[in-house]
Amino acid sequence: MARIEAEVSKSKDGFMKWIDDRFPFTETMRYHVTEYYASKNFNFWYVFGVLAFVVLFIQLFTGIFLTMNYKPSAAEAFASVEYIMRDVEWGWLIRYMHSTGSSFFFIVVYLHMFRAMLYGSYQKPRELIWIIGMLIFIVLMAEAFAGYLLPWGQMSYWGAQVIISLFGSIPWVGDALVEIIRGDYSISDITLNRFFALHVIALPLALIGLIFVHIVALHEVGSNNPDGIEIKNNKGADGVPLDGVAFHPYHTSKDLVAIIIFLIIFFSVVFFAPDMGGYFLEHANFEPANLTATPEHIAPVWYFTPFYAILRAVPDKLGGFILFGLSVVIPLFLPWLDRARVKSIRYRGWIYKSALSIFVVTFLVLGWLGTMPADPLYVLAARVFSVIYFAFFILMPYYTTIDKTKPVPGRVVYHG
Amino acid sequence: MVKFKNIASLVIVSTCLFTTQGLAASAGVELESADIDPSNIYSLQRGAANFMNYCSGCHSAKYVRYNTIGKDLDLSEEMLVDNLMFNAERIFETIQASMPSDDAAQWYGTTPPDLSLMARAKGADYIFNFLKGFYVEAESPTGVNNIVLPGTSMPHVLWELQGYQSAYIENHENDDGSVTTTFEGFEQMTSGMMDSEDYDKFVRDTVNFLAYIAEPIRGFRVMLGKWVIMYLIFFLIIARMLKKQIWKDVK
Amino acid sequence: MTEDDLDPNRRHFLAVATAVTGIVGVTAAAVPFISSLKPSARAQALGAPVEVSIGSLEPGAMIRVLWRGKLVFVLRRTEEMLSRLAANMENLRDPDSAEVEQQPDYAANDTRSVRPEYLIVEGSCTHLGCAPLEDFDVRPAENWGGGFFCPCHGSKFDLAGRVFKGVPAPTNLRVPPHRFVRDDLILIGQDSGAA
Repeated sequence: MARIEAEVSKSKDGFMKWIDDRFPFTETMRYHVTEYYASKNFNFWYVFGVLAFVVLFIQLFTGIFLTMNYKPSAAEAFASVEYIMRDVEWGWLIRYMHSTGSSFFFIVVYLHMFRAMLYGSYQKPRELIWIIGMLIFIVLMAEAFAGYLLPWGQMSYWGAQVIISLFGSIPWVGDALVEIIRGDYSISDITLNRFFALHVIALPLALIGLIFVHIVALHEVGSNNPDGIEIKNNKGADGVPLDGVAFHPYHTSKDLVAIIIFLIIFFSVVFFAPDMGGYFLEHANFEPANLTATPEHIAPVWYFTPFYAILRAVPDKLGGFILFGLSVVIPLFLPWLDRARVKSIRYRGWIYKSALSIFVVTFLVLGWLGTMPADPLYVLAARVFSVIYFAFFILMPYYTTIDKTKPVPGRVVYHG
Repeated sequence: MVKFKNIASLVIVSTCLFTTQGLAASAGVELESADIDPSNIYSLQRGAANFMNYCSGCHSAKYVRYNTIGKDLDLSEEMLVDNLMFNAERIFETIQASMPSDDAAQWYGTTPPDLSLMARAKGADYIFNFLKGFYVEAESPTGVNNIVLPGTSMPHVLWELQGYQSAYIENHENDDGSVTTTFEGFEQMTSGMMDSEDYDKFVRDTVNFLAYIAEPIRGFRVMLGKWVIMYLIFFLIIARMLKKQIWKDVK
Repeated sequence: MTEDDLDPNRRHFLAVATAVTGIVGVTAAAVPFISSLKPSARAQALGAPVEVSIGSLEPGAMIRVLWRGKLVFVLRRTEEMLSRLAANMENLRDPDSAEVEQQPDYAANDTRSVRPEYLIVEGSCTHLGCAPLEDFDVRPAENWGGGFFCPCHGSKFDLAGRVFKGVPAPTNLRVPPHRFVRDDLILIGQDSGAA
């Protein structure tokens, strides 16, 4: 690992010298910020990493204030959310930021993952970054799932009921596992309390740890770019990659613009459409949980629907559960499924481009199907698209090998 | 850039597809639009009085405080006490039902639900059509049924105003033996104190009030949002100028 | 050439402009979060003024009520008790109730009350907050004319809640905002002369 000379990185006098003699502050700032070089040709797709960070911050910060007023008991949870919405000063804004943030977290993360698929960011030497990222994704799904139970609305309760009972389909350990998750013989106040602990402390800590490691791994090998070429292969006499620009001030100033655009969209939703037609705040969840009456139409929150559609497509409970799990986990293997010699879609052939386009459509259609009731026509469509979803991954070693790629340039393509 | 446009339009089109699902259709009945005007304070005031007079006997709105209503609907403490506060003493209290909930559960088989959030749970159109949707059915324990919520335990509380109507309901038997029920229309049997236009207005005001109490902060939220977005656009312009200046030397 | 000269100045100006705009935004964004820490509408409702019926309060008797989670004493003083108030003056730390925070101005008088007969004070010792006990017996041998005694560290207060010298408590017992709605009804938590 190329380590910046410790001597060079220490301040020579003043307050900063006192700090640097005791803590690698200036060294860290140089290594990770002012002398971390990333490609100059980052485009729109490269914005979602820092946006994920912004959303994480929003969720953590608003979450703290919500936790000050929320009551994690079955008797008081629903009322405490209304207390926040009506009685706590500005509570409504904090709540809407948190609910909008949870949906935007998934929008941003899906687009962030898609970037990796566009530019081969999971390929060597970045496989570990990708694996950690997939772990972040799975922890995020758990975090969102736990969080959704907390308002204790109709959809909170019944959605959790459906998903948790899925674990019961696992042979031998299923029933015990379900009981361990619930802490009770059915979803109850006990379940709510422990999901609160998971959502507020356990999973956020795991998330923060994983994100830290994710970025350390990234900085070790350096960022990819839209052309998929390694900028470290072309260094100038001063050791700086010719196609690289320092993270600060170049990427920080560029990211700031992206962040503000994101905030415009984010706050437009918060202030003008926090319900988002019932997709961000579901209508049924404005009714308190009624243990005797299931809502007409149970569906998970929109960001789980693609995987839910795959689950429902399988006529067998255990089979559906396995395929559901597989559909979440299979992208983890992309670094090894993708046999192409090039990283970026710019230099791939028509086969991969078609496959990826079909995959995008498939993912969106599966998502839409997941919101629909389980009518025979929709189930049939879900089966077809589930097959396509898995085919994208399973056939990838084959079609990426035969795909005719274009020659990759030596320097990145940048038009200023 | 071309790729971005493709993906972006795909996302936008998909989102439009998703949101059109919000269109009103319930229990197979197409819902007439409630056409409420949340900015009409007078409608909301009338609706508040309607609610207290006709609904609060059985239904609570336990998350709503009288002083909030007073502040938003421009009602003084005196007006609140004289016109709205039938079973409350202090203006910071919340709207409770007059009927004890245990008794209600016994008499109606279920406790009448709290209405604080009903407009967000079911939608204004649903409630509007529900209140207009009662029709005479002799076999029912309450003597009425409702096309929006068949089998409802709620009696036709507003019968004095609307009068009674009967419903034309057709049962079609399908090839596979199942029965499809379609609603063809109402016919007025006995008239109430209000003609149909006045009754619509009455219900509309009441639904307007219910929509308001479901989210009292709504008007303020929209107003503030405009300022927040304007600030962000201003910030965006400055930040973009800075970015362009910093990136000037990158070739 | 001239462009290069302008660059660092323009860049600096834009950087400052961005920073200032950002700081304004962050400050504005902080307001809702900090405001959310204030007592909520429910706290204000629960902390609303408390009505106390004194119709059946006997002379020399005291009732305790809770207002905003705090103990409040309502003591109906006898003529005799009132006559003893002046006797102690040189033993008191603040006989004239000069500490303005300890009582509203309508209680900044010799009897520390709106109506001399009724003493309304918070039952919280101004030392460290224990609840003082009533001690209305007269014990001339100890020079004790009646008042309150705090069991925690021995602070003493007279029948107008005024603190004695030589005890740990620094100030007189606090008089909460209150007003007489009727002769037999006090409202604690709302000022006299207020709407």
